[in-house]
Amino acid sequence: MSSTHASTAQPSYLVDTGARQGLMAWLTSTDHKRVGLLYLYSMVSFFFVGAIIGLVMRLVQLTTFEKLITAQTYNALFTLHGVIMIFLFVIPGLPAVFGNFFLPILIGAKDVAFPRLNLASWYFYMAGAILAVLALFTGGGAPDTGWTFYAPFSLKTGTNVSLAVFAAFILGFSSMLTGINFITTIHRMRAPGMSWFRMPLMVWAIYSTAWIQLLATPIVAITLVLVILERFFGIGIFDPAKGGDPLLYQHLFWIYSHPAVYIMILPAMGAISEIIPTFAKRTIFGYKAIAFSSMSIAGVGSLVWAHHMFTSGMSNLAQLVFSLLTMIVAVPSAIKVFNWVSTLYKGSIDFQPPLFFALSFIFLFCIGGLTGVMQGALAINVHIHDTYFIVGHFHYVMFGGTGFAFFAALLYWFPKMFGKMYSKKAIYASWYPMFIGFNMLYFGMLILGMMGMPRRYYVHLPQYHTLHVVATVGSWLLVLGLLMFFGALLYAIFKGEKAEDNPWGGVTLEWTIPSPPPLENFEEIPIVTRGPYHFEPQAKS
Amino acid sequence: MSEHAEHAVDHTQEHPGYGLFIKVWIALLILTGCLVGVSHLGQTAAVWGLLTLTPLKAGLVFYYFMHLKYEGPLFKIVVLVTLGTLLIFFALLFSDVAFR
Amino acid sequence: MSAAPETKVIPSSLGPDSEGSTGASSVTQGSGHRDDFGSRLGMWLFLVTEMVLFGGLFIAYSYMRYRYPAEFHHGGGELNATLGIINTLVLLTSSLTVVLAIVAVQRAEKKRAMAFLGGTLVLGVTFLVIKGFEWAAKFHHGLYPNSAHLATLPPGEQVFFGLYFTMTGLHGVHVIVGLAVLGVMLWWVATDRIRQDRYIHLENGGLYWHLVDVIWIFLLPLFYLAA
Repeated sequence: MSSTHASTAQPSYLVDTGARQGLMAWLTSTDHKRVGLLYLYSMVSFFFVGAIIGLVMRLVQLTTFEKLITAQTYNALFTLHGVIMIFLFVIPGLPAVFGNFFLPILIGAKDVAFPRLNLASWYFYMAGAILAVLALFTGGGAPDTGWTFYAPFSLKTGTNVSLAVFAAFILGFSSMLTGINFITTIHRMRAPGMSWFRMPLMVWAIYSTAWIQLLATPIVAITLVLVILERFFGIGIFDPAKGGDPLLYQHLFWIYSHPAVYIMILPAMGAISEIIPTFAKRTIFGYKAIAFSSMSIAGVGSLVWAHHMFTSGMSNLAQLVFSLLTMIVAVPSAIKVFNWVSTLYKGSIDFQPPLFFALSFIFLFCIGGLTGVMQGALAINVHIHDTYFIVGHFHYVMFGGTGFAFFAALLYWFPKMFGKMYSKKAIYASWYPMFIGFNMLYFGMLILGMMGMPRRYYVHLPQYHTLHVVATVGSWLLVLGLLMFFGALLYAIFKGEKAEDNPWGGVTLEWTIPSPPPLENFEEIPIVTRGPYHFEPQAKS
Repeated sequence: MSEHAEHAVDHTQEHPGYGLFIKVWIALLILTGCLVGVSHLGQTAAVWGLLTLTPLKAGLVFYYFMHLKYEGPLFKIVVLVTLGTLLIFFALLFSDVAFR
Repeated sequence: MSAAPETKVIPSSLGPDSEGSTGASSVTQGSGHRDDFGSRLGMWLFLVTEMVLFGGLFIAYSYMRYRYPAEFHHGGGELNATLGIINTLVLLTSSLTVVLAIVAVQRAEKKRAMAFLGGTLVLGVTFLVIKGFEWAAKFHHGLYPNSAHLATLPPGEQVFFGLYFTMTGLHGVHVIVGLAVLGVMLWWVATDRIRQDRYIHLENGGLYWHLVDVIWIFLLPLFYLAA
């Protein structure tokens, strides 16, 4: 197994070379690229399950369908939609798929630091996912608490909260192990010459994310354990009848779950920082500013959790402090947006589908981010708390932000991952229903929220009906766009043209190797002599 | 290649002997004794004992038993960042609890 | 270790172990180069998650203690401080024997290393036995979550005992895991999988055990000496 750097080309990682073949070769592979694809397939499947649940929830708001779904089922639906989308798609999202696949390649390594632990993380992920699905059909029925599992309702409800919470605990474990693996990889496995400030910005983003995963996830783990202990043994820590305090639950829950938002968005921003310079054909504007803004988002973003609790009855001082800190997070986020736009300025822009989706990301993320700043202001927050405005806001951030960045990253790296090129026309065609539907759905929600429509309600008053119809029609367009998008990619995997090694003229390390990458990524570990986005005038071959 | 400061201190070139760790252990026992003693002097003394002696004991275990003394700066930074994060969580939480 | 200089961090034989090779260990990355520093870094990062996990409980403790100072004071008085102190000494000593076992392995004193590790296991079990008696006494007095007696006490004391059982219980689980890990280490020392030139697993196992010790160092004054 020792160095066999023969001059013969290595086989692609997609070819089974070991003793096992077919499915088993994938399920037992510790190759980071295969683990990345395992994550991709499972994650996209869960994403569609979540999307279908969302679609059904929108149908309920068309009063014609009210009879199909009871109010209790509706409660279960929004819980499930949240749990699946948050814990199974957006949180692991970019780090688990593109982090796994590209982190080692971007830093010139052959694999992650702990390959077996990496595969184990995927099994933890799947175990958590299966338990979450089991929670629907076993015990007292599907959980109806919302994805936040707020105490004391989550302690008292007869539905199967314990299993769902345990599933989230396992998923947290998967997330922590991934974080440990990535930090060690970045510290120990960079190629010669790959100094900290020669790392691509995606790596910086993953590094910041991994630190949040380590420092915040255990808090939610222990909180969920406390909920389980409470349900089985009645330890009373969150139970006001026994002297406990539900506000403590909210604090502990959001200490993790707010930074989790940055676990979702930071790698997305990292991917955008890769895409923009490649298609502007010039180096990124303000490399260090972007790198440090990732770290400072991770830092400050961990300290803003209680802005989810402005109406919960906490102290005035805490409200002021958390409102201020919330405003501060907007600064590093804005730095990134300014730098991306400045990178495009006077670039020789090559307009391709990944850039198209990256620009959509910037647009949608700005709406998500700015509505976030609005809610950071105490006075506005009290008015719009727990309304559709919040729902619209976080869908702009998580779906418009992370989701679109995920699509952009997928389009950007798809030729490298599969060695096939998709039909650009089909992708452009899918963009229109997706983008238009998205804005009908979620901008509709923003307006509904301003009008006073509360979130998680099964029925609505007549004055909200028109916008509910608009949003529901938007959800149909959105799902249509998603089906076209993934249909085009699926078609390309099987029938697509063979992709070039470097279809976009990128200059980071992944574009120096064949598509799809060989088993060990590099024939020889590269020696890095310059920064990541160094475009020569004639570099495009 | 740009190997940074974290690798500067090479681990376990000079291994410490049995004696050092036994001394640390004795120090830990003495500190435990002090902690118990202080806790009998009333609530204020007990709280101060808790706030000073306990971190000291934990520090000794971290520094010697867990070999932080012999590691480069990276592990020390990792531990300090962790403790600092917890401390900030703690402070921010008390901006609510203590002022409600 | 460190025969391979720290500057050469790219193990050239990393990739081929991809197809599910069940290689020697759970943390080293292949057969050619070992990266012991990387393994320890991974372990320390894992310990970070453990620190934060218990940190969450300590935060909950301080939150509740701030709300119910008198009840916590009274609750602490119900606990058996002597047993708590004895257990502290037991655990501190077990920590010492682990670190001495590492010294012994470094000096290729296999018998001594095994004796030290065996001592740790005995002390760890002693800790659990004492803990068991302590819990049993509490149960005997009706001081356990959801008990009829506890329900008659003021709310602050109910929370105190809820936290007491949660925190010492979770710590106990970690002791059990630690014992299992160190049991494997003892086996590996006996079979020479851990030896003078390769003892990173013992170091990492020891790190875990020390952290369990540190957590107990905090639990002692918070619960037993609070009165």
